[in-house]
Amino acid sequence: MSKVEKDEVSGTETTGHEWDGIKELDTPMPRWWLWTFYATIIWSIGYWVVYPAWPMISDYTAGTFGYSSRSEVEQEIAEVEASRSEITDALVTADLSEVKNNEELYQFALAGGRSHFAVNCSQCHGSGAQGGPGFPNLNDDDWLWGGSVDAIYQTVKFGIRSDHEETRTGEMPAFLRDEILEKEQVLDVAEYVLSLSQEGRDGEAVARGQEIYANECAACHGENAKGSYELGAPNLTDAIWFYGGDKETIVRTIANGRANVMPAWTDRLDDSVVRQISLYVHSLGGGE
Amino acid sequence: MSSAPVEKVDVQPVNKKENRSLYVKRKKIHPKKATGTFRQLKWIIMGITLAIYYVTPWIRWDRPGGAPDQAVMIDLEHNRFYFFFIELWPQEVYYITGILIVAALSLFLVTSLFGRAWCGYSCPQTVWTDLFIFVERAIEGDRNARLRLDKAPMSFDKIRKRVSKHIIWLLIGLFTGGAWVFYFADAPTLLQDLVYFDARPIAYTTIAVLTATTYVFGGMMREQVCTYMCPWPRIQGAMIDEESLSVTYHEKRGEPRGPHKKDDSWEGRGHCIDCNQCVAVCPMGIDIRDGAQLECITCALCIDACDSVMEKIGLPKGLISYDTYTGQKTAEPIKKLNVRFIRPRTIAYAALLCVVGSIMLFTLLTRSELDVNVIRDRNPLFVQLSDGTIRNGYTVKILNKLHETRRYQIQVEGLETSNIWLQTEGPRNHDMIVRVPGDAVSAVKLFIAVDPEVMGDESSLDLDIVIKDIVTGKTDSQETTFKGPR
Repeated sequence: MSKVEKDEVSGTETTGHEWDGIKELDTPMPRWWLWTFYATIIWSIGYWVVYPAWPMISDYTAGTFGYSSRSEVEQEIAEVEASRSEITDALVTADLSEVKNNEELYQFALAGGRSHFAVNCSQCHGSGAQGGPGFPNLNDDDWLWGGSVDAIYQTVKFGIRSDHEETRTGEMPAFLRDEILEKEQVLDVAEYVLSLSQEGRDGEAVARGQEIYANECAACHGENAKGSYELGAPNLTDAIWFYGGDKETIVRTIANGRANVMPAWTDRLDDSVVRQISLYVHSLGGGE
Repeated sequence: MSSAPVEKVDVQPVNKKENRSLYVKRKKIHPKKATGTFRQLKWIIMGITLAIYYVTPWIRWDRPGGAPDQAVMIDLEHNRFYFFFIELWPQEVYYITGILIVAALSLFLVTSLFGRAWCGYSCPQTVWTDLFIFVERAIEGDRNARLRLDKAPMSFDKIRKRVSKHIIWLLIGLFTGGAWVFYFADAPTLLQDLVYFDARPIAYTTIAVLTATTYVFGGMMREQVCTYMCPWPRIQGAMIDEESLSVTYHEKRGEPRGPHKKDDSWEGRGHCIDCNQCVAVCPMGIDIRDGAQLECITCALCIDACDSVMEKIGLPKGLISYDTYTGQKTAEPIKKLNVRFIRPRTIAYAALLCVVGSIMLFTLLTRSELDVNVIRDRNPLFVQLSDGTIRNGYTVKILNKLHETRRYQIQVEGLETSNIWLQTEGPRNHDMIVRVPGDAVSAVKLFIAVDPEVMGDESSLDLDIVIKDIVTGKTDSQETTFKGPR
């Protein structure tokens, strides 16, 4: 031990450290501070015993309380679900088109549907359900498979061209690739399809296309081209296009066909959740 | 004139500059009991303030519907604040700002007139500390007895006194915390729940915390709260000027001080007989004769102590008195108090107080019982429908501040369209009537569809959404916009 040096002015011992002629006083820490420090040490020992604290090779010390934040979360989730069970049960047995008239149930379904949509559906349909080319906009009033809440429920539950046995299917054939139509014919049909919603298309091509349409397309899209919910055939006369409304895209659609897949959600989500999502989608403004 | 000689008290002002080191443990202060006008006034104010605190939650106020029948209540669960005829919603918290401004201006005004009157008489720390000292004195005796008890070895009597003192202190703390929670729930129901241990844990936690703080602040820390923790002494120092009243020692009259024997002449000496009574009664542990100090809460107990001494030795009262610094500097040794209450500063504070108070009162009296908020959908901004029209979505929040259910008609002004509908009704139904329960907010989704030709080259149109009470015809509206693709 080196000799203890005392500061002349204050009479306090110094630590013996010196920087540029300035010496450090060994002023004792405030007592309350020290006692707080000791208290934290005692607390930490108790903590090691009572709570999970020490990492082992493949596990950790469990603590005498058997507490873990994971089991706590699980318990909390179970509690929340139990507290909601009454209303989710009511939703599962309800007639979906009537839910609107039950304010409590409807508000619950919309709030739940909004968050379940954000988790499960927004990846394809967008956070505002605005869709994109190949992914339908769920806000508008144009529906491939029907816009009633029951039709939406059916679509969400079993999907479109999904691997579920009750899935909805309907296929746009690849008219050029499968050599059903010639290249010229495809162009003519595209011209006719465009003429249904746009004025002043090429008159001759339209006339040729109309004939081909009647033979090849009307079976699914209908005589008047208004489409069909049974087959998922889009309405070709309105302002809304699934993949895009320019001629190039329409030609590509006719030539190569389309077969997008919507997954079936019934195996992944509770029926009550599927119903909440259906009601939420229906509420976005285009529901029939 | 004969009277008992005045005893000189052996006391050192704890908070005197020379006696104070930052690293020294706190020295206990045992204030001696004072009697006199100001002590009397303090008892009265203590009674009034404590009564306000304890009685307020129990005042009933008849309110219709499910609203609580309590005059003053902060309903955190339902986000309402009730104060007699005033009922505030969360979006009206700016009234709290108003109350804070009024409180601050009142404090400025009072301080510029009477100095630190708040600190001396009505601050909770002062009131409760006073109460705690009263209990201490009742059990352990006055100053000298308490000093003796501190020094005495542990004995049955000492333990008995100490234990009973702390029990009573804790009980006071318990009742302090206990009264506080009644401001946040229906008082009679909560009392019953508390007694049967049915109340929510937060109520017990609040009581426990406030019991502890009252006990520690009022019993243990006392003057240290004012000296080290409280910002007011610093702020109030800036509010005081030469014309503000303050507790002052009249140096011209008092000095030179010294012991005085009965029937001696007062020629060539001051009236202060250096009896230290003013120091002994001071709960802040200062010597007022050292001049104005940060620690002084102007509780005026030294005035009472000094006045009773002056009475005994046959001199006029007021050696220590409420006076202004101007008065101190200019006045004769014995004089009449002369205070200028009306000064530019006090006029300014009073005028501001009137202005803010009137604005508050006006807005409160003309407060609307109907409020509407419109939030436009942003994702997506607009939707094109199959017939080519552009549709925008809005969330309309209607606040019905009355306590009965009302029906409101929603109208759109400034936009030519007949195609508006509510989410629950669908595009073919244009009833547009919303039912809002009493004391509640209803949110409805509103859709407006417009032909793109109406938009022309504009990318957005301004419109008003108007809510009309079907029965009274009262309306409220909010501006919003309609967005199009361009």
